[in-house]
Amino acid sequence: MTALWAVYRRELAAYFETPLAWVFLTAFAIAAPSFAWHVGRLFETGRADLAPLFDYLPWLLMVLMPALAMRAWAEERETGTLEMLLAAPIPLWAAALAKFLAAWTIAGLALVLTFPLWIAMNYLGNPDNAAIATAYFGAALLAGGYLAIAQALSATTANQVIAFVLATGACLILTAAGLPLVLDAVAASLPGVFAEALAGLSALSRFDSLRRGVISLADLVYFISLIGMGLGLAMALVDTRRGGGR
Amino acid sequence: MIDAHDLVKHFGPTRAVDGISFSAQKGEVVALLGPNGAGKSTTMRMLTGCLEPDSGVASIAGHDAVRARRAAQNALGYLPEGAPAYPAMTPRAFTRFHLRVRGFKGRALLDAAELALERARMGEAASRPIGMLSKGFKRRAALAAAIAHDPAVLILDEPTDGLDPNQKDGVRDLIRMMAPEKTILISTHLLDEVEAICTRAIVITGGRIVSDTTPASLVAKAPDQSLAGAFRLLTGHSAEQATAKPRRNRKRPA
Repeated sequence: MTALWAVYRRELAAYFETPLAWVFLTAFAIAAPSFAWHVGRLFETGRADLAPLFDYLPWLLMVLMPALAMRAWAEERETGTLEMLLAAPIPLWAAALAKFLAAWTIAGLALVLTFPLWIAMNYLGNPDNAAIATAYFGAALLAGGYLAIAQALSATTANQVIAFVLATGACLILTAAGLPLVLDAVAASLPGVFAEALAGLSALSRFDSLRRGVISLADLVYFISLIGMGLGLAMALVDTRRGGGR
Repeated sequence: MIDAHDLVKHFGPTRAVDGISFSAQKGEVVALLGPNGAGKSTTMRMLTGCLEPDSGVASIAGHDAVRARRAAQNALGYLPEGAPAYPAMTPRAFTRFHLRVRGFKGRALLDAAELALERARMGEAASRPIGMLSKGFKRRAALAAAIAHDPAVLILDEPTDGLDPNQKDGVRDLIRMMAPEKTILISTHLLDEVEAICTRAIVITGGRIVSDTTPASLVAKAPDQSLAGAFRLLTGHSAEQATAKPRRNRKRPA
C-alpha cells in the first residue's frame, strides 16, 4: 500500500505539474455543458433533468479519457523511467492501480465541474436527484472503464500519440457497439442472439440503464470487470518487458 | 552481496549475455568494463530485476532477483544508463518519491532526502524541475535518488557519464566514501575511473567474462602496462570478429 500511495501521489502531481490536467479540466468544463446546451437543448426540453448532458457524455469521455491515460506507460517508456520503476520495490499491480486511480481522480474532478448544471436544475425545478446521482455514478464507472482500456493500450507503445489513437479507437468500438444503428445492422444479417451479445458488451448499453437511474448488479460487474481487465492487460504487457525465461 | 550465477539472456537470436558468473562482497567496488554491446547493461538489468534471465540466478543481498524481487530491490540502489528521471519533478521531489516507495515517512524521509541531495551536491538545483537541469545535474539527481535509502548494494550504470571533471571527482569521492559499507558495481568506459575508485575490474566482451582481476593485475597484462592496452588486448579481437561476421554473410554486388 505504501508503494501504491507513493505512485498515486506522484502520478496525480504529474498531471498538475504539466498543463495536462488544467487543459483537460478546462476542455471538459467547456465541452460537457456546451454539448448539453447546444446539442442536447438542455433548456428547451422543459424538463428538470440532466438527460441532455448524460446523452452526450459517453462520446466526450470516449475521446477525453484516452487523452488522460495515454501517458500512463508510454511516457515511462519514452523517458526511460520505466526501467527505474521496474527496479524499484513496487508491485506492478500497485503501479498500474495507482496510475489508474490518479487518472480517475482527474476524471472525477471533471465530472464535479458539471455540478453547476445540477444545481441550476434544482433552482429551476424539482429534478430526481437520486437518478441524477446514479447517472453521475454511471459516468464515473464509464470513465473508469475507458481509462483502464486506455492504460492497457498505453503499455503497447512508447509513443503517446499512437497510444491515444489506439485507445480512442478501442473506446469507440466499445461505445458504438451499443448504438441502435449498429445493433439493427447486426440483427438484420445475423441471428438475434449476436445483436443481444453485442448490446451486452457495449459500454453504452450498460451506461444507459445507469443514466436512467437504475443500478443493476450486472452493470456493476460489467464495469468492474472492464476496469480489472484493462489493468490486468496493462500489467501483463509491462511485465513482458522483463522478458522472463522462468 | 551481489551474486550472478551463469546468467544467460537472449534478445531474439542474439545471445547478449552468455553465462556470466561473479560475486562481489561488502567493501568491494567492482567495475564492469567492455565495449558497447558487450552485455554490461543487460547484466546489470538482470541483477536489478528489470530483466529476467533466460537461465541462471541473480541475487542481491541473498535474495533472488526474480523469486524474491521485492526483497532484492529493497536492498538495492540503481542508477540506470542515461539516468532517467521525471522531467517535471524537482530532484528533491524525485528523491522523496524513491524514499516513499520504500516505506520512508515523516522526518526520516525528509532527512534522508536532504542528506542524499547534499551528498550528490545538488545545491540550489534540487528545487528546479529536472527537465530544466544540465546533463550533469540530471545525473546527480538520479544518483541522489539511488543512494537516498542507504542501500547495501549500489549498481551504477555509467555514473559519471556527462559530468565535468569537478563533478566526476565529486561522484568518485562519494563512491569512495560509501564503499566500505556497501557493495558497489559500476559500468564505465572511463578507464581512469577504474584505476581511481575500483578494487576489481571485470572485463566482458561478447556477453562473456574474459577477465576478473584487480585493476593493477589488469594493467600488468598489457604490453604497454596500461589499462587501455589491457582493454584493447582483451576486447579488441572479439570486437573485430563481431564487426567482421556480418560482412562475411553479405552478398557481393554483381
